[in-house]
Amino acid sequence: MEEKKCQCGCNGKDEFLERICKEYKPIKDNLIQMLNEVQEHYGYIPMNVQKVLSEFLNVPMAEIYGVVTFYSRFTLKPKGKNNIAVCLGTACYVKGSQKIMDRLKERLKIESGETTKDGKFSIEETRCVGACGLAPVFTVNGEVYGKATVQKLDQVLDELEKQE
Amino acid sequence: MKTLEEIEKLREQKRQELDLRINTEADTREKHILVCHGTGCTSSKSPKILENLRKIIEEKKIENVRVIMTGCFGLCAKGPIVIIRPEDTFYSNVKPEDCEEIIQTHIIEGKRVERLLCKDIDGSIVNRLDDLNFYKKQKRIALKNCGVINPEEIDEYIAFDGYKALGKVLKEMTPDDVIKVIKDSGIRGRGGAGFSTGQKWELTKANEADQKYIVCNADEGDPGAFMDRSILEGDPHSVLEAMMIAGYSIGSNKGYIYVRAEYPIAVERFQKAIDQAREYGILGKNIFGTDFEFDVEIRLGAGAFVCGEETALLESIEGKRGQPRVKPPYPASKGLWGKPTLINNVETYANIPRIILNGAEWYSSIGTETSKGTKVFALGGNVNNIGLVEVPMGTTLREIVFDIGGGIPNGRQFKAAQTGGPSGGCIPAEHLDTPIDYESLKTIGSMMGSGGLIVMDDTKCMVALAKFYLEFTVSESCGKCTPCRIGTKRMLEILEKFTTGEGTEYDIYRLEKLAANIQKASICGLGQSAPNPVISTLKYFREEFRQHAANKECKTNECKALAKITIDAEKCKGCGLCQKNCPVEAIQGEGREARVINQDKCIKCGTCLSKCPFHAIG
Amino acid sequence: MSEEIVTLTIDGIEVKAKKGTTILETARKVGIDIPTLCFLKDINEVGDCRMCIVEVEGRRGFATSCIQKVEEGMVVHTKTPDILEARRVILDLIISNHAKDCLTCTRSGNCELQELATKLNVLNIEYPGEMSKHEVDELSPSIVRDFNKCILCRRCVATCKNVQKIGAIDCINRGFESCISTVGNYSLNDVNCTNCGQCIQACPTGALHEKETIDDVWMKLKDKDTYVVVQTAPAVRVALGEEFGMDIGTNVTGKMVTALKRLGFDKVFDTNTGADFTIMEEANEFIERIQKNDCLPMITSCSPGWIKYIEMNYPELLPHLSTCKSPHQMFGALIKTYFAKKQGIDPSKIYVVSVMPCIAKKFERQREEMKNEDLCDVDNVITTRELSRMIKQANIEFTKLEDSEFDNPMGEATGAAAIFGTTGGVMEAALRTAQDTLTGKDLPQIDFEQVRGGDGIKRATINIAGKDIKVVAASGLANAQEIMKEIKSGKADYQFVEIMACPGGCVMGGGQPIKSSKIRSEVDVRKLRADALYSIDEKSTIRKSHENPIIKQIYKEYLNKPGSEIAHKLLHTHYTERPKYKLDLK
Repeated sequence: MEEKKCQCGCNGKDEFLERICKEYKPIKDNLIQMLNEVQEHYGYIPMNVQKVLSEFLNVPMAEIYGVVTFYSRFTLKPKGKNNIAVCLGTACYVKGSQKIMDRLKERLKIESGETTKDGKFSIEETRCVGACGLAPVFTVNGEVYGKATVQKLDQVLDELEKQE
Repeated sequence: MKTLEEIEKLREQKRQELDLRINTEADTREKHILVCHGTGCTSSKSPKILENLRKIIEEKKIENVRVIMTGCFGLCAKGPIVIIRPEDTFYSNVKPEDCEEIIQTHIIEGKRVERLLCKDIDGSIVNRLDDLNFYKKQKRIALKNCGVINPEEIDEYIAFDGYKALGKVLKEMTPDDVIKVIKDSGIRGRGGAGFSTGQKWELTKANEADQKYIVCNADEGDPGAFMDRSILEGDPHSVLEAMMIAGYSIGSNKGYIYVRAEYPIAVERFQKAIDQAREYGILGKNIFGTDFEFDVEIRLGAGAFVCGEETALLESIEGKRGQPRVKPPYPASKGLWGKPTLINNVETYANIPRIILNGAEWYSSIGTETSKGTKVFALGGNVNNIGLVEVPMGTTLREIVFDIGGGIPNGRQFKAAQTGGPSGGCIPAEHLDTPIDYESLKTIGSMMGSGGLIVMDDTKCMVALAKFYLEFTVSESCGKCTPCRIGTKRMLEILEKFTTGEGTEYDIYRLEKLAANIQKASICGLGQSAPNPVISTLKYFREEFRQHAANKECKTNECKALAKITIDAEKCKGCGLCQKNCPVEAIQGEGREARVINQDKCIKCGTCLSKCPFHAIG
Repeated sequence: MSEEIVTLTIDGIEVKAKKGTTILETARKVGIDIPTLCFLKDINEVGDCRMCIVEVEGRRGFATSCIQKVEEGMVVHTKTPDILEARRVILDLIISNHAKDCLTCTRSGNCELQELATKLNVLNIEYPGEMSKHEVDELSPSIVRDFNKCILCRRCVATCKNVQKIGAIDCINRGFESCISTVGNYSLNDVNCTNCGQCIQACPTGALHEKETIDDVWMKLKDKDTYVVVQTAPAVRVALGEEFGMDIGTNVTGKMVTALKRLGFDKVFDTNTGADFTIMEEANEFIERIQKNDCLPMITSCSPGWIKYIEMNYPELLPHLSTCKSPHQMFGALIKTYFAKKQGIDPSKIYVVSVMPCIAKKFERQREEMKNEDLCDVDNVITTRELSRMIKQANIEFTKLEDSEFDNPMGEATGAAAIFGTTGGVMEAALRTAQDTLTGKDLPQIDFEQVRGGDGIKRATINIAGKDIKVVAASGLANAQEIMKEIKSGKADYQFVEIMACPGGCVMGGGQPIKSSKIRSEVDVRKLRADALYSIDEKSTIRKSHENPIIKQIYKEYLNKPGSEIAHKLLHTHYTERPKYKLDLK
């Protein structure tokens, strides 16, 4: 069994990995459930965690990688400190969320799915967060900002940029 | 563990306690302040409102007033919503700082907080929730408990006939009896395709196996639709109860509910429902003293629209990429881990307990000839009352958009409505009076889908809209079969030609031919329906495509490459700010005269638009 | 159970078929060919490509004929205008995202996509558009991945994942971005690939092919200072002819030798002679282990795909492996020592080329252990397919060639060696020698039918020299895995285990001529090729390795006896645990 080393590089034991490997039975059905926890915990799915899961569930790494890259919730790279998701669901689209997205890309100078060099911001597109009544919406680390406008986005970005 | 008798007793007691929730004449001295905790209101701080209200009540030592969290009331556009029962006062757009005033004025002084009262589209003040046009034409069956009960309290569910249907089924009916009721009710799958639910149950029951599974499809992927989420958030037990009834009917003791991970509140509430049901012995072994046993587990999706397709969903539960399987075999014979599996969607399940209790005849009396019951729609887009509506099948689109939805905001015109999301089609104004049911929608080139209903006003470009949907399908295609994987991409590329003025009449022909073949040859529903938005826009808005092609013109200016920025000479004051800032010197004019944009030079960067202090540029 | 027969109509023809067969199978039986791309019988039956769509009356949409089973009274149409148009559009779409450099593609002329394009008369691409771009992975010594030619049929994935249970590649991403990849798109060289090359056999296009090294051979053949020796494996001779239109399973030994001589090799030797050495050493090793009851069961070591597999997956079982090198490595070592000395040639001037049915041998020959005095035992490994290309390049009309004999002094081989090329063959050959050695007699028992045939796992108890020996021959790595699990769990009590990485053994190796999906579903390729080997064995005058006069002579002159010190130095090797994944995990 692959040793469950901590992800921070300290070479210590990774208690999170130990826990989920105890909590789940080593059967393939659990792969997506475990990946959901990994994504939640690390903010992405590190390669060596995929290796640990491959040994634990007896599933080839290529298959795990195939699953990770299939589902949009799973990411291979850490997201920025502030992950901004713009809803491009239909209700938001009709209310002009594309303009919000365009502005966001313009200001942060990155594309959707990317993280700024300083690691402070990342952008993603999401499909419907379920707040259609507030369309268009974007979220910052899960917090919903409804009835969004370019001005409102600018304000939020200004605030976030000021933070350390 | 509770016996059926104990549950009955509990029901009677609780029902009386909670009578004020649905009865304005209730004989009580209590008041219940209901605070909506659907996702929409939650994101505009309703938990803070709840907290504040409770704190104030405690501080002021007010008795006989309870603050209750509920599921979605439906009228999300007016959120956060607070309702006070039994008088049924409807406060909209409430802010956390309004709480003090609500308690002081409404509860202590017995007066209404006028400024927070909801106003209808015509500006009239709404005294009671039921007076709102939005609710008048609705008929709530699946949403019956949403906004009425606290979804995190099993007792409140029990109070309003919760688990009564399960008791009836287990004690008084054979599995075949149940299936007959479901069949006779005429209910069809609410997930989109509209297959007869009773028939599905019957088929799954007929397949003998050592293990069968019940699956609830809560992977609501249609962007702009949130019916299932609201049901799970507002009335999770109804779905749980229905899954158990289904389990009893087809001979299964194990259920899975597959929910989008993007719905954390729904997941949390459903888990609570499972835990409470287990605690009461409603889930587990020897349910209500019978031999029947059942348990349910939640499986989280991880962001893939295609997992709403039943076989892709099964693959995903099995821990794999959500790639659909070729059918037949259908899940009814070979589903989860190769075992017979019954898959229904959330809304379908939510109807089941009511059908069992009220009978097939009652249910089939609602709706049209071929489509029985009600349908929940998530009304969104360019419409005044954005929210969740449940109407009898056969209601016309016009009634939904104009009567319930309150029409189009900002004085714009209705252009089209899209049902069925990326799998459906657009419906133009000429079909506004079509009574909505499975068949009629299909006839006019759309489909029921799961219930997304997006309204578009006349500022929307239909070519861009078709492209928007195709972009969605392309990014959500699983990539398994050729027509969907490459075909939708090619369709999108052709559409891009139109939005950039490169399209030709021949491209319309190519697009239609490709669309028809993708429909016919794709493996699953996603691919088969992916061309629908394009086919329907081509059918009803062909002229718009032609304008994009022949005249290189997008009348709505939505297609950026074709957009023309012009200066309104009436509004222009000749300040010259635009001219100074134009990076390519495309703006001409001198002194105080109105400026003109040289279209040959303009690069449509939009700088002038943002600089003009008089909104003269558009 | 009696087989239920159903009657159905396909394109107006009334057909009877067994219940449980597919529409595709049934149609093809009556001469109606339905095009397929992703279909690979028993391996990939998923209906992804959509080429095989047909209409079934009364059903909505098209049916997938490679999956859909026949039913009583079914009325099937396979070529309505609608179907023909849909197929044409689908093929158009596939080609629109496929590299169009057919002229310079190794699979030109043997490409299922090209064949369909011709058949469906694709003369222009109606839906051109953006194409997927992939970097070509050439780092593996065995396999090149050029996924610009991939059509996402997933036959390779199914083969790797299900037939071989390796899972080195899988489908990643989704939608148009979908592609077949290793984990993190690392090179095949850095992941759990065993180099068996079954993926190449499965690929309908040129997306997967061997790392071709024939240019190096040509260069050496041109170089006057280099003494170029070629040796050919048993399985090559029964498959090479297929590349020149001859029947599957035709034995072309004589023509092959003539062709090699015409190509200009200085000596043309037979790896079968090497195989006889392997038997001598392996039988001896086996007897020793049996007598000492040490590290049993003993597991064969001739299949380099298998060796890499066990090194990566069951390192704790490595002591069970026979320490014998594979036949061509043994033979290479002897060419550069015994033969060089005897002929007075400087071994560093000798260039040994092995013609193999195998692409894992391209990896094997590079291993550090496969060297003696700093010289590689074998300098180049080319596959059966590569040899056929050399012959074609040299304008040799293969089918018209006269037969000729292998060169001496190392050109004699036994029937025992010939059957090395098929599953169970190594075991049978070793048992022939072991029983004679143990009893000291020339026993009449030669054929061991129990370990013959196409089953993936063949278990038997064989009495040799009065002793019951439990043996098993497994081919295909999924089957190998099953046997390893048995051994690891202590459930198994085998004494001798033969493993071949490729299902069916070397005749079905990754370097053999590629057969289309259609041929594979209609003909038992393995059996035809294996039968040809058994027929060579049967017709041989000497059928036991230890009776080969050359073997006797070389042991007498040079190697002393099996297991001697010099034999160990030249003919044996060792194994090391190998990480499955060499990934940069930062």
